[in-house]
Amino acid sequence: MSGAGDREPVFPTRQSLGLMKAKLKGAETGHNLLKRKSEALTNPNTVPEITRRIDEAKRKMGRVMQIASLSLAEVTYAVGGNIGYQIQESAKSARFRVRAKQENVSGVLLPAFEAYQTEGNNDFAMTGLGKGGQQVQRCRETYARAVEALVELASLQTAFVILDEVIKVVNRRVNAIEHVIIPRTENTIKYINSELDELDREEFYRLKKVANKKQRDTAAADAEMKKKNAEREANGEKHKAPEVDDSTPADILQAEGDEDIIF
Amino acid sequence: MSAQTDFRDRQFLAVIGDEDSVTGLLLAGIGHVTPPPDNQKNFLVVDNKTDNAAIEAAFDKFSTERKDIAIILINQHVADRIRHRIDTYTAAFPTVLEIPSKDHPYDPEKDSVLRRIRRLFGE
Repeated sequence: MSGAGDREPVFPTRQSLGLMKAKLKGAETGHNLLKRKSEALTNPNTVPEITRRIDEAKRKMGRVMQIASLSLAEVTYAVGGNIGYQIQESAKSARFRVRAKQENVSGVLLPAFEAYQTEGNNDFAMTGLGKGGQQVQRCRETYARAVEALVELASLQTAFVILDEVIKVVNRRVNAIEHVIIPRTENTIKYINSELDELDREEFYRLKKVANKKQRDTAAADAEMKKKNAEREANGEKHKAPEVDDSTPADILQAEGDEDIIF
Repeated sequence: MSAQTDFRDRQFLAVIGDEDSVTGLLLAGIGHVTPPPDNQKNFLVVDNKTDNAAIEAAFDKFSTERKDIAIILINQHVADRIRHRIDTYTAAFPTVLEIPSKDHPYDPEKDSVLRRIRRLFGE
């Protein structure tokens, strides 16, 4: 009975019963709160919204990248050769960078990237100097727009990944509390209660035994007394008080020289 | 979460892709080479001769070693070559973004993030 199920290793005392009850209450409150958090995170205004936007942004990215590669083809045509090598060699410092800022969704901090361009460094000043400069310029602008779209998409995606992680963690906690901690605490409470009942019964039984014994002793003493009286009557000593002199009870205040108590 | 503390110094984009994609993105100005001692580029040009190990090494370098990269852009057909690495990559930073290339149109079915989304909704 007491060993059934998983329970915490506690001594069955009233104090730990109180502790367990407090713990159960705490677990239930926590479970409620986490459940609400999980619901808030998966509600129709956050995650599906983000996923819809990711989907949209991915499709948009497809179109933008197509336009961008078309303009690159234009450049190749205008410059009359592949400029890839030249560009890879002249890339030195990023003009296009991202900055992260935070956004708060139901207590979860989601980072959002923001693209910005640093001023004044242009690694490709010489690109297309001979011919095709205009196309190169246009291509750069197109790609810059594409990168902006990509950054936006990336921040959505990051938000989604983090949110997904948080939702998983919260759900795991909700499940752990629901299926492990609460049953276990309940089991422990049950165990403590049963042990305490057992102790109560033991105590009751013991008291009953003690009472029984006392009763038996008095009954025996009574019987003895009766037997003595009967014997005395049989001896013919009528109505004489049994060996007790009727003088006043000894005055305990008058010291009669008690025997010294020697341990 | 530790992932949320270290994104402040991440400010570059990295790109792994075919020559045209890399060229275009570099033109937009995302190219960055770290100062002389190590001279690390934040881009890798992949062609038919590049083997998968090199792609994987570059991906590892951008995703785990370097702490200044916020977004990794990778061509989808290149991502396909190291698909197992992309699919098992779950960290939030840096973000891996699959982009279409000139010769390979974008296929949403293959995208690791879109797949994750679908899994989340149990479709």
